[in-house]
Amino acid sequence: MSISVLVQHEDFSMADEYAQLSRDCRCGAVVTFCGLVRELQDHALISMTLEHYPGMTEQALQTIAEQAQQRWQLGAVRIIHRIGTLTPNEQIVFVGVASAHRAAAFEAAQFIMDYLKTQAPFWKKEHSSQGSHWVAAKTTDQQAARRWE
Amino acid sequence: MIKVLFFAALRERLNTATVELDSSTLPADASAAAVLTKLQSRSADWQHELSRQDLLCAINQRLCPLHTKVSPGDELAFFPPVTGG
Repeated sequence: MSISVLVQHEDFSMADEYAQLSRDCRCGAVVTFCGLVRELQDHALISMTLEHYPGMTEQALQTIAEQAQQRWQLGAVRIIHRIGTLTPNEQIVFVGVASAHRAAAFEAAQFIMDYLKTQAPFWKKEHSSQGSHWVAAKTTDQQAARRWE
Repeated sequence: MIKVLFFAALRERLNTATVELDSSTLPADASAAAVLTKLQSRSADWQHELSRQDLLCAINQRLCPLHTKVSPGDELAFFPPVTGG
């Protein structure tokens, strides 16, 4: 069992992450998720700034990964979340899980994303031609996290 | 001393990222809610911003309910609901 958590400005390589996750021959399943900066409905998004709480954010992601490892039999868990200014279509977040079988890998990846969305201290601010505003939290994200309780 | 941090929209609206509070001005068994009340008394703006029902609280970098006790040297943080991912 290994956990890797990174909060960084730099972009990441899905291929490199997959290579790390697929090393363990006891694991027959690797599930990866990548979140991208989505365009607004009126196509006016210029960029997005991601703020975090240095120290707490890394600790929160580590705790979420540990909770996943307690619930499912997992090999490696890798989480990367970017901070700073990002433009439409750029990669924001990566979650990768390796497990013996696919069910655990799929479920654990969803669990990690659902908890990351509601527990990890990140805040998005969108910059568009209409100005800048902080993104509001969604009740659907809260509901998604609650299904694991 | 107790250090209080604010993040994101709350930090911008208060125009403040960090406040240091003298713990001797708080009761010995003060909670995070007591710290919040003390900060609310600073001005009408702070009263308004720090009365939002959806504010989250962390003590020493862990999410916790407002009734959690605080001790000298603790790092508190108040922030809006998180929107990462």
